[in-house]
Amino acid sequence: MSDRDAIIRVEEVSKRYGKVTAVDRVTLEIPRGEFFALLGPSGCGKTTLLRMLAGFEMPSEGKIFIDGIDMSTIPPNKRPVNMVFQSYAVFPHMTVFENVAYGLKFDNVAKADQYGRVMAALADVKLDHLAERKPDQMSGGQRQRVALARALVKKPKVLLLDEPLSALDAKLREAMRFELAELQDKVGITFVMVTHDQDEALAMAGRCAVMDRGKLMQTATPSNLYEFPANKFVADFIGSVNLFEGTLEVDEPDHAIVQSEELGGRIFFDHGVSGAGGEKMWVGIRPEKIELLKREEGAAPPTPEDAPSGCNVTAGIVRQISYLGSESIYEIDLINGRRMQVSRPNLSRWDQEDFTWDDEVWLRWHGDSPVLLQS
Amino acid sequence: MARKIARAPLDYLNMPAMKAWLAGVFIFLYTPLMILILFSFNDSKANVVWKGFTLKWYVKAFENTQLREALFNSLLIAGVCTVISVVLGALMAFVFWRFKFPFKGPLESGMNLPIVVPEICFGVAVLMFFAKIGFPNDLPYPFNLTQIILAHVTFAFPFVAIVVRARLESFNPELEAAALDLGASRHQAFRDVIIPHMKPGLIAGGLLAFTLSLDDFVITFFASGPGTITFPVKVYSMVRFSVTPEVNAASTIIILITVLATVLALRAQSATTKES
Repeated sequence: MSDRDAIIRVEEVSKRYGKVTAVDRVTLEIPRGEFFALLGPSGCGKTTLLRMLAGFEMPSEGKIFIDGIDMSTIPPNKRPVNMVFQSYAVFPHMTVFENVAYGLKFDNVAKADQYGRVMAALADVKLDHLAERKPDQMSGGQRQRVALARALVKKPKVLLLDEPLSALDAKLREAMRFELAELQDKVGITFVMVTHDQDEALAMAGRCAVMDRGKLMQTATPSNLYEFPANKFVADFIGSVNLFEGTLEVDEPDHAIVQSEELGGRIFFDHGVSGAGGEKMWVGIRPEKIELLKREEGAAPPTPEDAPSGCNVTAGIVRQISYLGSESIYEIDLINGRRMQVSRPNLSRWDQEDFTWDDEVWLRWHGDSPVLLQS
Repeated sequence: MARKIARAPLDYLNMPAMKAWLAGVFIFLYTPLMILILFSFNDSKANVVWKGFTLKWYVKAFENTQLREALFNSLLIAGVCTVISVVLGALMAFVFWRFKFPFKGPLESGMNLPIVVPEICFGVAVLMFFAKIGFPNDLPYPFNLTQIILAHVTFAFPFVAIVVRARLESFNPELEAAALDLGASRHQAFRDVIIPHMKPGLIAGGLLAFTLSLDDFVITFFASGPGTITFPVKVYSMVRFSVTPEVNAASTIIILITVLATVLALRAQSATTKES
């Protein structure tokens, strides 16, 4: 990341309220021009961090730099950032035009230029035909666009978005995901979005920071978060995962094997894991990376070609099936009683008939599928 | 076996007995007022028998200089009292809404004291207070109304504070944050966002203060000096000799002003609930 210059630098920032630590020594860099997401469950400190970027909260410790300038003594109205609030906070007593023009009053923009800039911002969010409306005559989605235009018209260095899609209904939310991403592309301003919805973050952001209980867990691109999670929390929070506790048995530069009581078998990695052998660790396997096969009485386990015999395969019985249209999720009980989740795309219209309740099955996966987690 | 009829709460309004009771309540409440208004149009000196329609009592009331002066005084006092009460009440409501400080609870309850203390006690207290501090009694008109105005503000502004405080509860703090975020200073945010939100509360509270001041008798009676007379006090002194239709006419006018103010206050308040 060091080759791109950072518009926001957060250095060892903590925020305490009495004995509660809302944000715990977070260090973070957000590159210029990126769509960045702060992701985490409610109460993880992501909103507090966003409010510190906006200036509504001051860090108890640490420093925040925006475009290289220390923000420690700069109040919200003097910061080069603007925010779209969760409730949109559109001023109810002003028209759409007045709402968008409000922030320009403080920027010494000549009256003559104001009109053009407001209308351009409204055009960016496709609201230029509703400039004279009052907010109470608008839908939630339209009010959000007003909030967006009102923030963007100030040409901030960073646009902050607090749970921007949470109040919209499902269809609109999907549409707004693409629209926000497109808008960000068009205006080229750095967007920092707070969300608790992992789908939202993965779909929109170029890079995500996952937080839990005030601490930064991992910062990575969406696909790296999903495929290479740094710890159990990230693996579990982003998507679904089957987690197994185990011990490292073989630790070679080009392969590794973990013995897991929980799984009732051995897990082969076709790459080195460079972990300390013998210690307790966890293996995560995503449901869609597991293959389901029919199991017949007395047949040998169908080990995948890239793993030693007996590795990366286990037996079970289908207990639950959730048919979701594009895919089906199978809940499978292993011999030792542990439950595993497997998902299968419904590639043909008859796919969902391949397996049914109480079917005896094999579960197997490739040597590059499991991920080793040390914490 | 007797059949019981299930009723929804609003169905009770359809029972004849309930309707009769409702009518009885309204008659009890409004008959005296109706008679007062009716007899202000009665073409007779005595307030007992209906003789015919006339407007002469209104003319007579209007020609009574003292009554006119008293009415003007009352309106002046009510107007000044409203302005001061709205400012004080709004500030008080804002302070209790925005800040946390020691003894906030007791102070907030104390704010309601002028509402619950019996007017007679309040009147005596006001009288004693002005006597003790030696408040000048001989100021030229209209400054000789100062005592009455101060007394009225004392009991009227808590009403404003309560109404405005209730209004502020529905304020979305993100609106203020948004104004700050867009570049407004704290003062500008207060002016541009918080005051517009308070507005219905300010109007309702102001009209409340106006009505309270306009028809107050007890406290005014104690606070008024020689030569300062308000409308209710003047009516009282007229009634001591005899209840003439002239008094009816004057009272009808006051009722009209009060009802008008109340309707406006209710309008402002319903705008409050509609918005949030």
